[in-house]
Amino acid sequence: MNRQEAAVEAAGLGMRYAWGRDHVLRDCTFRLPAGRICALVGPNGAGKSTLLALAAGLLRPTEGQLRVCGTTPGAARTRLAYVAQDKPLHPQLTVAATLRLGAELNPGRWDQDAAERVAFGSGLTPGARVRALSGGQRTRVALALALGKRAELLLLDEPMADLDPLSRHELTGALMATAAEHGTTVVISSHVVAELDGVCDHLLLLGQGRVRLAGDTDDLLAAHRLLTGTGADFGPHTVVEEHPNGRGRTALVRPGGALEGGDWLVEEPTLEELVLAHLRNPGAPALLTADATPARREEIAV
Amino acid sequence: MVEFRIDRRSGVATYLQIVQQTKQALRLGLLEPGDRLPTAREVVEATAVNPNTVLKAYRELEREGLVEARRGLGTFVQKSLGAGPADSPLAGELTDWMRRARTAGLDREDAAALFQSVLDQEFSEGER
Repeated sequence: MNRQEAAVEAAGLGMRYAWGRDHVLRDCTFRLPAGRICALVGPNGAGKSTLLALAAGLLRPTEGQLRVCGTTPGAARTRLAYVAQDKPLHPQLTVAATLRLGAELNPGRWDQDAAERVAFGSGLTPGARVRALSGGQRTRVALALALGKRAELLLLDEPMADLDPLSRHELTGALMATAAEHGTTVVISSHVVAELDGVCDHLLLLGQGRVRLAGDTDDLLAAHRLLTGTGADFGPHTVVEEHPNGRGRTALVRPGGALEGGDWLVEEPTLEELVLAHLRNPGAPALLTADATPARREEIAV
Repeated sequence: MVEFRIDRRSGVATYLQIVQQTKQALRLGLLEPGDRLPTAREVVEATAVNPNTVLKAYRELEREGLVEARRGLGTFVQKSLGAGPADSPLAGELTDWMRRARTAGLDREDAAALFQSVLDQEFSEGER
């Protein structure tokens, strides 16, 4: 089978912190093809940050396997960049010195122009000390380091949360331009899928530590329909969620047969509707599209 | 360089917005044969949309014979699009039809709904 190489592949991945009683991630199996812009979505506490830290090699899983860029997260470290939610930087360094540190820690692959474009795009001065920066300015410097590294895989944990709309647009544009030019795989976590609509082409939805949806966004949307009608039931289709609507009912379904001829209004859901329906209904079965499904567990084992 | 305006709330797929706006630019004369479309990098840097969306739109325009991708050079306009001129016989007949609709007691929304339903019936979605 000839398909796009995987940037991230997980099989039976589980994680429980030593101090915690419950699993943060449980039996996660999925595949992220290289070159995708992936939205990692889920409510607070779903395990998004833990999954990113595992992929970055900062944590070790307690169960299962994880492969990144075709190898272990530790061995892939020079080829990936990770921006943690709290954007850890050295507070006493200036912005210019922070970029110089990035250059020296990444010999042979550092792109000073790319880093400077992002860092100084909004009038930030090279001599400013990191400790004096606002949250949004620190984000800018952290993203500058990540983009300067010319990584094959960017793991970004809620990167846009403290950015103003102008910076958000500009930095998202810079990320997309990097992806367009270098085929970079980007994983962006957020609890608001709407803010990534149009940006991502792949979705990984986590709920309570489990994978709920994984795949190409167009494929996931095509696999679901909103049906509205006054008929008694929704026939052969798998119902993810349904609720009363006037004298009838509306349901988000995975079609299990022909939709034509039914007594329904058939509509395509939005990505946000899809995500919310799955989060409201933890009992609905998970869905992985073909390109988001690892071939076989043994092939992933490192 | 032609610019694209992406409206995420419009409900129209992003790639289709790029296709439609390119055609609009051809009709308005903003683009003429031989002109280069912005690169995917240029579009996504300005609009912050997914690069694959731009490539999909350009493939669709190429499939319709409106543009041609030249390897390493960019994507170039192949032919222009003529709008139906405002004084054509078709425009005249449509004006007559609208006037008859008003006389028959249809309001603006009724007329628009009727026009849309006949449009949908005669032209399948995505047809050129």
